[in-house]
Amino acid sequence: MASQVRRDIIRMVHACQSGHPGGSLGCADFMTALYFDQMRHKPDHFTIQGFNEDLFFLSNGHISPVFYSVLARTGYFPIDELATFRQLHTRLQGHPTTHEGLPGVRIASGSLGQGLSVACGAARAKKLRHDDALVFVLMGDGEQQEGQVWEAAMYAGAHKLSNLVAIIDHNGQQIDGPLEKVLPVDSLKAKYEAFGWQVKPFDGNDMHQVVATLNAARADAGKDGPQLLLMKTEMGKGVDFMEGTHKWHGVAPNDEQAANALSQLEETFGDY
Amino acid sequence: MEINIINYQDTRSGFGAGIHALGKQNPHVVALCADLTGSLKMDAFARDFPERFFQTGIAEANMIGMAAGLAIGGFIPFTGTFANFSTGRVYDQIRQSVAYSGTNVKICASHAGLTLGEDGATHQILEDIGLMKMLPGMTVINPCDYNQTKAATMAIAAYEGPVYLRFGRPKVPNFIPDTTPFVIGKALMIAPGTDVSIFATGHLVWKAVEAQRILASSGIKAELINIHTIKPLDEAAVLASVKKTACVVTAEEHQMHGGLGDSIAQLLGRFHPAPIEMVAVRDKFGQSGTPEELLAVYGLETADIVAAAMKAIERKKGH
Repeated sequence: MASQVRRDIIRMVHACQSGHPGGSLGCADFMTALYFDQMRHKPDHFTIQGFNEDLFFLSNGHISPVFYSVLARTGYFPIDELATFRQLHTRLQGHPTTHEGLPGVRIASGSLGQGLSVACGAARAKKLRHDDALVFVLMGDGEQQEGQVWEAAMYAGAHKLSNLVAIIDHNGQQIDGPLEKVLPVDSLKAKYEAFGWQVKPFDGNDMHQVVATLNAARADAGKDGPQLLLMKTEMGKGVDFMEGTHKWHGVAPNDEQAANALSQLEETFGDY
Repeated sequence: MEINIINYQDTRSGFGAGIHALGKQNPHVVALCADLTGSLKMDAFARDFPERFFQTGIAEANMIGMAAGLAIGGFIPFTGTFANFSTGRVYDQIRQSVAYSGTNVKICASHAGLTLGEDGATHQILEDIGLMKMLPGMTVINPCDYNQTKAATMAIAAYEGPVYLRFGRPKVPNFIPDTTPFVIGKALMIAPGTDVSIFATGHLVWKAVEAQRILASSGIKAELINIHTIKPLDEAAVLASVKKTACVVTAEEHQMHGGLGDSIAQLLGRFHPAPIEMVAVRDKFGQSGTPEELLAVYGLETADIVAAAMKAIERKKGH
């Protein structure tokens, strides 16, 4: 399925000649495992509140292609609607939003740094309702440069929000280049641990590790406070000429490049 | 409407009383505060409903985001901090996680305007109405006294959608009878008249009451209308009044750019042009001083409203 999700990403971004393929491809394995295997959710009966369901918030909204692909392919909306990505009057806006009522999306994101706070509030709401489902939130590693992330990290740690599971897509790349050159966010494990989080590092492009880490996170939920799944990924994973470089952060492939990319990705569940 | 001073109270205490009453009435009402519980008069709510009160520390951006998350979870969150930190500091968080996302968050802001006094310009935000009213779908309310603030607090809990509720620090006349219903988006007629329309909001409504009385003693019948909801503006009430009086004064504790006067001028420009005078701050920052000193220095006193009314009437005659 991750291969099909990657095909969706390439085809969506190629069709509208805009969007963010790099981070989307890097997170394809994780998002596939989360939505198809791990989350307890009701794609056919979507509600904003999601009572007694696991919730997922995408904080780094620019990787919307991977989000839309897994939402469509788990049944939140018709798969054919992926073809409308970034077009006028689409529900699949460039960055995810609730504004057009797309099932599966509970908050707008795009301006970075806000998702962890929203997830803290949603985790609080679940605790108030004695709802023991989990709240997941995915952030970028460049996003860790935003101050609000640390306000929320401090709050979640201090209040032991043990139903909160944050994931950082740690691909080491941002728009202007490698994080190391732009502004290093080193030692994320130590930083989050100092804020009272349990940190689980893993390889986000190794499906066995992804599944094992998500299982461990669920097993440890409700125990020692919030958990961070520190996910090492490769930007552009699965398409050789996109791998490991920031150049494909926000650039669409041309016809030839798209054909090349698709030739590397098996069509397993049928293109939209 | 019979207007008399009932007592002197701060509008923020009206908010505190309102949210405490809501706490008792509605188990879905939750409150968040960024280290200003006493200043926002949220102590009683925090004391009696501790499981529904979230102290976020000095982290306003996180507070707004958490409020959005609580709203997604089916609660009705009220955030509390000073008006400056409720708007300018967290504008992008409000724009994306509240307004654009359509989360049912009530942003409650105290110490708005010049009348917070001695703390000076860093805290005296005079741009917040403009910032908030520009956001699509945001309701903007600026009540005028204790009773109206309490009633507004209760009313916004029953309304589904993002709201900005603005109130202040000093003790001021409390004069709206507590039996007066608060209807979001519905202007409140305080005194009918035919010579000039005075549209006032917030603390300046009482100043406008005083001005209306002074004008009456000179034989000028000013119509005084309280615009507590700046957005959505009660366009029908404004147009009906100006069709009768043919000239206008607006009064608010806010910058002229982006405030109530700006909304009314825009409406009149489109549908019923008329001379308009604005009692508001003229593109300046505030400064330290007592509330009364500051209102005088920045031209927001009773006498300024009277002078504006005379000028508007003169301009009407010159047409």
